[in-house]
Amino acid sequence: MTIEELPLWAALLISVLLILGSGLALIGSIGLLHFKTFYERVHAPTLGSTLGLFSILTGSMLYFSMTEMRFVLHEFLIGAFLTVTTPVTFLLLVQATLYRDRFEGNDPLADLSRNIRQAIER
Amino acid sequence: MSGLILEISLLVAKIFLTLAMAVTAYRMLRGPRAQDRVLALDTMYVNAMLLLLVFGIGSGATIYFEMALVIGLLGFVATVAMAKFLMRGEVIE
Repeated sequence: MTIEELPLWAALLISVLLILGSGLALIGSIGLLHFKTFYERVHAPTLGSTLGLFSILTGSMLYFSMTEMRFVLHEFLIGAFLTVTTPVTFLLLVQATLYRDRFEGNDPLADLSRNIRQAIER
Repeated sequence: MSGLILEISLLVAKIFLTLAMAVTAYRMLRGPRAQDRVLALDTMYVNAMLLLLVFGIGSGATIYFEMALVIGLLGFVATVAMAKFLMRGEVIE
């Protein structure tokens, strides 16, 4: 089956999935620019590496399954691998950042608990 | 008709992902500290991988899928190595 013979519903579904996925990746990257501290910034890119990734992978699976007239599911490998590795990398990175901040004498967790205590007392 | 819809959406997806890569590159060049740069590089790896998947849909070749898989693997290894370096000052102890 060529691209022109693709049914309209499949083309529309693939288009929606592609634009949703790339839009989520763009929003996550803009969040990287928008937030002020590193600990807030860590949250933003996971938008693209979870839902954005999975919608683009689903679109790719749908497209190749429709054009080759058989199930093409090897994209699932990327999804499984990134789902396992993204939390591991970010945990290691935040651990290293916390270590570096504490080594320089400013502890973000202590600041956080102090702010919470002040808010309760007020 | 469906070819036209698919082509337009592929173009939009490519533009979005390229903009996302530009934004992460800006953060990587500017980022106040080393960990911001590493985080931006990891995000850039993911965005490049997504862009290659979109290119794969556009061309219909499966070689792009393999390239995306390799980029995903390399991104994980690179970010873990750099986080380890920021933590200890050495990658392999």
